[in-house]
Amino acid sequence: MVLPVRKTRKTDVKAEATEARLAPLTLPEGGSWSQGARKSALERLREMQLPGARDEYWRFTKPGPLLEPQVSALPLEEQDPVFDGVEAARIVFTDGRFDAEASDTDALEGVEIERLATAAGADIHWVRDLYGVLEAKDQARVERPFAALNTAFAADGVVIRVTGRAPRPVHLVYRREAEAADVMLHHIVKVEEGAEMTLLETGTGAARINTVLEVDVAKGATFHHVRSQGREHDRLVNTHVYARVAEEGVFKTFTCALNGRLTRNEVMVDMAGDDAVAHIASACLGDGKGFHDDDTVFVTHGAERGESRQVIKKVLRNAATGVFQGKILVQPGAQKTDGYQISQSLLLDEDAQFLAKPELEIYADDVQCSHGSTSGAIDEEGLFYLRSRGVPHDRAVELLVLAFVAEALDEIDDSDLASRLRDRLDGWLSRRR
Amino acid sequence: MLDIKDLKVKLEEEDKQILKGVDLSVEDGQVAAIMGPNGSGKSTLSYVLSGREGYEVTGGEASLQGQDLLDMDPEERAAAGLFLAFQYPVEIPGVGNQVFLRTALNAQRKARGEEELSATDFLRVVREKAKTLNIDAEMLKRPVNVGFSGGEKKRNEILQMAVLEPKMCILDETDSGLDVDAMKLVSQGVNALRDAGRSFLVITHYQRLLDHIVPDVVHIMADGRIVKSGGPELALEVEKNGYSDILSEVR
Ligand SMILES: Nc1ncnc2c1ncn2[C@@H]1O[C@H](COP(=O)(O)OP(=O)(O)OP(=O)(O)O)[C@@H](O)[C@H]1O
Ligand SMILES: [Mg+2]
Repeated sequence: MVLPVRKTRKTDVKAEATEARLAPLTLPEGGSWSQGARKSALERLREMQLPGARDEYWRFTKPGPLLEPQVSALPLEEQDPVFDGVEAARIVFTDGRFDAEASDTDALEGVEIERLATAAGADIHWVRDLYGVLEAKDQARVERPFAALNTAFAADGVVIRVTGRAPRPVHLVYRREAEAADVMLHHIVKVEEGAEMTLLETGTGAARINTVLEVDVAKGATFHHVRSQGREHDRLVNTHVYARVAEEGVFKTFTCALNGRLTRNEVMVDMAGDDAVAHIASACLGDGKGFHDDDTVFVTHGAERGESRQVIKKVLRNAATGVFQGKILVQPGAQKTDGYQISQSLLLDEDAQFLAKPELEIYADDVQCSHGSTSGAIDEEGLFYLRSRGVPHDRAVELLVLAFVAEALDEIDDSDLASRLRDRLDGWLSRRR
Repeated sequence: MLDIKDLKVKLEEEDKQILKGVDLSVEDGQVAAIMGPNGSGKSTLSYVLSGREGYEVTGGEASLQGQDLLDMDPEERAAAGLFLAFQYPVEIPGVGNQVFLRTALNAQRKARGEEELSATDFLRVVREKAKTLNIDAEMLKRPVNVGFSGGEKKRNEILQMAVLEPKMCILDETDSGLDVDAMKLVSQGVNALRDAGRSFLVITHYQRLLDHIVPDVVHIMADGRIVKSGGPELALEVEKNGYSDILSEVR
């Protein structure tokens, strides 16, 4: 009976790692509902345990640095200025704590904003109905233990309810003062029927950060999310965005990732109502052996005529690694689904690698789904053409790189935000010639 | 202006000699035409002069106004005044035509130690030149050559030439794919640039283009060499009798 013994051993290793990770943590204070939510998240987590290096879902991205009970110091860098100057309600978190002094306190018409630490002590029904709820529901599809860890232990975050057209975006700014902060933030956004808002996120926030964002997009509501994930090279980032999109709701998320030793961005969208729309896009530029960027996406079509798009672009060089795991699941009855997924990497040298696992799982007969994944080098013909007109080699490469990521940037509706991100990418490229 | 001496070129990847000793000089202000059968090496010559990769120079030399071309990067050759209007212009998705052209112009100016052109000055220049070539503003905003018709691509090449104002312009079959009216526009564009300090090397298969752009001299290229040179009447002879007479005469 060799098999069961081995299995037990492996499980023990995972259980040990999980308990080791939990050891330095304490459940935050809060009212009874939040205590309940946190405790059941902890139970979920103990049941599934934190992932090991052999877990299928962590095959391309080794979870090791996320499992360490402590984090090492990460030198402080200047704040990413990409959205400076964008008129927005700024909510600042310094080392994972809401920073009232640095934040804007002006009321935003049609938008209620509360700090999670406060909301957890109050009894706000829409917070209670959403906190950890999308996370918990999704665990049945794919286990995401770090998200359960977050629901249990995230001490701060924002809860936002939008009842009208938000006049300005809400901008979550993640600042750092401590070198070795290990942070979990949990945000809730409820966009009520017909309402609209844009959420921006910038900054690294901590040496290691784990975030969960749960978004409920009601009938005919629109939620735009655009983020730029800081510039620290050795940062460890693990994010989870959950969205439930009701009838005619629109959910769009865009992520710009530069640098980062380990970035794992997971986006889970539940197309719950008919005619829902979801766009998930990302652009990443990675340079060097110490760069690893993972986009893991799961879109579930559970209603008719849903339209989902995934546009993932990664530019990699000097042994940088890019990962994409993307799935479109079309449930029975989700007829006329239109699902699109493209993941592309531009490998600037032979050491860089792109690992992609695109998946379609379809249980309805009248659907249109397509996916494609490519890895390519720079187009030599195009490069020569540009150079023959006098564009220097490095600039020509940059133009081609920017052209490559343009398709992802095009997914951002706000052209000002898109052009700021484009400039940010351009600046990053020219600094690295 | 352009001096090519005994230029021998093979493919880098294969053991295939394409240029077998090209001798050719283009004087300042001269318009020279090159004609020659398919596969004789005309495009290869133009690519090698502009610095495309994939070729190995096994002998000879090429210089522009006394500067050795073969040692320079493509962008340095461009800044030195060389321009190639491609036989097959390249499509570059995601790079706007106008952005591309401004980047190119300013990079060249910078390389020459000249002041860069402001966005507004550039726009004025490019719009004015585009108008004379019947290129509309919409086309300037589109990605370089993407979705352009064959004729539009060729006109776009000439627009780039007009904006960059090179000294040595090589036109590789710019006439192919052009309708009669476009041919006139392109020829007018070229003729407007004719100047004592600027030279042209016009590669073509047809007399038609040379009716509009009258060359000072016509060279015939065959099997990797210039085998015969003469006045404009040489082009007429080719048009009438093809290459067989000339080739047998050379052999
Ligand atoms: N990259 C390459 N690989 C293989 N053969 C090549 C390559 N480039 C050129 N050749 C060969 O070299 C010869 C010259 O080609 P080139 O394109 O220079 O001819 P051309 O005179 O421009 O012809 P055309 O009038 O048809 O445009 C041809 O036989 C062509 O097939
Ligand atoms: Mg040719």
